[in-house]
This record gives sequence, C-alpha cells and structure tokens, in this order.
Amino acid sequence: MSPDTAEITRPSPPPSEALKRTPLHALHLRHGAKMVPFAGYNMPVQYPAGLLKEHLHTRTQAGLFDVSHMGQLSVRSDSGDLAGAARALEALIPIDILGLAPGRQRYGFLTNEAGGILDDLMVANLGDRFLIVVNAANKEQDAAHLRAHLPEGIDLEAIPDALIALQGPQAHVTLARLTADIDGIRFMDARATTILGAPCLVARSGYTGEDGFEISIPADRAEEIAEALLADADVLPVGLGARDSLRLEAGLCLHGADIDVGTTPVEAGLLWAIQPVRRPGGARAGGFPGANRILDEIQHGPARRRVGLRPEGRAPVRAGASLFAGEDDPEPAGAVTSGGFGPSLGAPVAMGYLPTPLAEPGTRVFAELRGQRLPLTVTAMPFVPAGFKRS
Amino acid sequence: MLRFTEEHEWLKLDGDVATVGITSHAAEQLGDLVFIELPKVGAKLKKGEAAAVVESVKAASDVYAPLSGEVTEVNDGAVADPAGVGSDPQGGGWLYRIRLDDVSAMDGLMDEAAYAAFAQ
Repeated sequence: MSPDTAEITRPSPPPSEALKRTPLHALHLRHGAKMVPFAGYNMPVQYPAGLLKEHLHTRTQAGLFDVSHMGQLSVRSDSGDLAGAARALEALIPIDILGLAPGRQRYGFLTNEAGGILDDLMVANLGDRFLIVVNAANKEQDAAHLRAHLPEGIDLEAIPDALIALQGPQAHVTLARLTADIDGIRFMDARATTILGAPCLVARSGYTGEDGFEISIPADRAEEIAEALLADADVLPVGLGARDSLRLEAGLCLHGADIDVGTTPVEAGLLWAIQPVRRPGGARAGGFPGANRILDEIQHGPARRRVGLRPEGRAPVRAGASLFAGEDDPEPAGAVTSGGFGPSLGAPVAMGYLPTPLAEPGTRVFAELRGQRLPLTVTAMPFVPAGFKRS
Repeated sequence: MLRFTEEHEWLKLDGDVATVGITSHAAEQLGDLVFIELPKVGAKLKKGEAAAVVESVKAASDVYAPLSGEVTEVNDGAVADPAGVGSDPQGGGWLYRIRLDDVSAMDGLMDEAAYAAFAQ
C-alpha cells in the first residue's frame, strides 16, 4: 500500500531546514493532533476525531483552525494618507481598494505581467492601515514582491501575530461568550476587539463556506484564547485535512492547485472579485500587472474556465486527472486541479479547467482514472450552500 | 496461518486460498475511508501489482497483490461501506480472496510479531 499523489501537503522545505512552529504548537500536541509538514511549518492535519467528523462538525457547529502559518502584512503610508497606500496597492491588486471602507475586508489577488495569479489574499481597511492576509507557501515571495513595487513612503511590515479561524454556524455565539465587541459585525467586516483582555483583530470571514471569524491574536495570548474557545462544547479543533475538504465543497480556490501563475482571475471564475471600477469602462480600469490580458478576457471571455465537477460514481477524481470531452477522445480537453470526497455531500467532488464551450453546468465530461474513463457533470459552485451572514 | 507484508497488508490462509486486507496500522494511518475499489473475481494477480484501491478523504492508496494468484471472491460489503473497513480492517473489513499460485510463498512473509515490530 502506498499513498499516491493528491496529498494536501504543500511543497516542503529541504530537510536541512527545520520546520517552523506556530504559537499554537503545544496546543496541537496536547489535543492529540497528527502533525505534518506544510509550507515549511509543522501543522496539524487532523485531531483524534478525524477528518470526516471535523469537517461535519464545522458545518453543523463550529471548528477552530490554526492558520498562524499564513502571512499577515501591514501596509501603511508614512504621511498617514491611507488613500496613497490604497492607490499603491491597486497598482498590484486588481480590485477596488480605494473604495474599501474602514472596517471592511475584500478578497483579491496579486497578479503578474502575464495576468497570472501570484497569490490570493484578503485585504482589510483598518482605518490607519491595510492588513493583507496571504498564503503561507507564498508569504515571503509576496512580501518581497510588495516591497519591490510599493513606492517610497508606503511601508510594509510582517505581523508576527497568531491567526486562528473559528468557523461554523455556532461560531458567533461561541465567540460572543468571550467578547462583547462583536455585536453587529457583518460578513467581511474587520475590527479591533478585546478578547480576554488581549487586543485582537476580528474579521467575519473564513475559507470554509460557513459563517465564522478569523482572529489575529498577539502570539503570547493565542494559546489561552484558543483553549478558551475549545472549552466550549460546540467547538472542535480542526486540521488542515478538513480545511481542504471544506474549502473544496465551498468551491473556493487553493493557490498552487486551482489558481497559480498559469491561470488568470477571469479563467478562474474570480471576476466577481474585480469590481466594475477596475474593469473596462471603469474610472480606474486596469493599471495593474497583466491588465492587458485580464481586461481583454473580461471583454471577450476566456478560452477556458474553472468549473465544478461531480463524478457520477463513488470514486473520487483527484488533482492531475485528465478531462476529456468524449469517452473515446484521444486528447484531453482539460484537467482536474482539486478533487476528493465531500463529506457533507457524501459524494466525490472536484474542480478543474475546461474549454469555455464545455464549461456550462450540466455538460458531461470524462476523467481518466486508473485507465478508465469516468463520467462527471459540470456543476455550479459552491457544492454546498454558503452560510455567510451578510446582514 | 496469518501473515503480513511490508506494504501493510495481511493474508490469512485457508487451504490454498488467502483472505487479504489492510492492517489496523494502515487503516489508522489512512484515516476515514470513503471509497474502495476491488479486483474482479477471476482476475489473475501478479505479486506486487495494484490489486485494489482504498481512498480516504484526502488521498488514494493502491493495495498491491501480496502474492500471485486468482481472485476467488471479493467483499462487496467493503465497497458498500468503506468506513467499515476502517473500523474492522482485520475482520469484517477484509477485501478479497485469492487462490495462491504457490502456497509456500506465504513463508516469505512476516508473522504477527515481526509485523508489529516492523510497523512501529
């Protein structure tokens, strides 16, 4: 027996380099986590409850995730002029940052000159600065990229705080037991709060498709706050394994799998994140790396698109599987970029890229798996309804 | 006679037919199983070739044929209930039965004590 590909583990550092630990390392061990290398960190892939239970518990109650390995970057302007910082960021990120109100957060991405996606991210306007949260595997490159391109007078600082995500329909009542500061906080709001006396930053967001929060905590207070949340009977610790299956069911992209420098935001179905003001005809159209290609794809449509896929049988179809338009076609039309079993659906799910004519929901295509062609149906995402609290 | 392989399979011999499954150690490493594919009855397997597939939420693993022979029976219950294989891998969660080409080849595999030491 041997595990094949499709592990969720990400590129590991050379063996000579010791794995880094998050401020919650001791907590993971105390809760019996199985630890794996991930983006240079020693991270919990699952706890004794197991991936399936952790996944389902997050959908029905609440799960606590350590995402301290992700990068938190603070961007501010020497002059105190936040609009200057916003304009500087808009030159690298094709979304509306000038129009992002204080206390609000948006999803976005760094693009390269070819229109590819260097990384995806969240950016929050904290009133006196922007906080950008980026993927663990890319955080050093992202910081270097930003430093190289941000103009004089716009400063970037990596924040060493811990970051946890509390996700699920019970996340709000659970967090409200520890702080009164989250009353009225809506989906994609971000605000400074005090939790157990510690100055924290709470954003109502996450990457599971559920309602929930991402909480930035001073590293030396993270363990205490995480344990206080875990003391709630509704909250289970959840590892990277379920984090991946939750985001896949929610139809959310994983950078390095579903999006990368070889995919554009339009191909990836992320046009919703590019506000009209940055699109053709908008007041600040273009003006970001790769604008030529991206604006052209907005106007004329991309040649291929990211699609959701539901295999008709029980067999999971995983990343790397070739996709064919016909059962006997010799040449693949596309490929699966993420795939596995969706615990909430009780069925396999996948996403991948197909030529635009094949990307309509309801289209039947075939994946090659162990020498056989298995039918899949192109399906609208998310695969499970989102639980966001927008009002 | 109960024997184990370095690929974390077990074989239990009855006459010239061996029942094959994955070990408790392997099941624990794999985590929750969600899909199982078994060989066809009548298939002739060569030692070391992929005979079955067990999948957890996050990964697919091949189960190699531990010895050569012909598949005589498969556990349809395992296909219908992959989680059951995870919870009872060395009992009701057996995968398939194979008529061995050479019963004496069992002698080359590990006994329970040797496997326990190997799997540590």
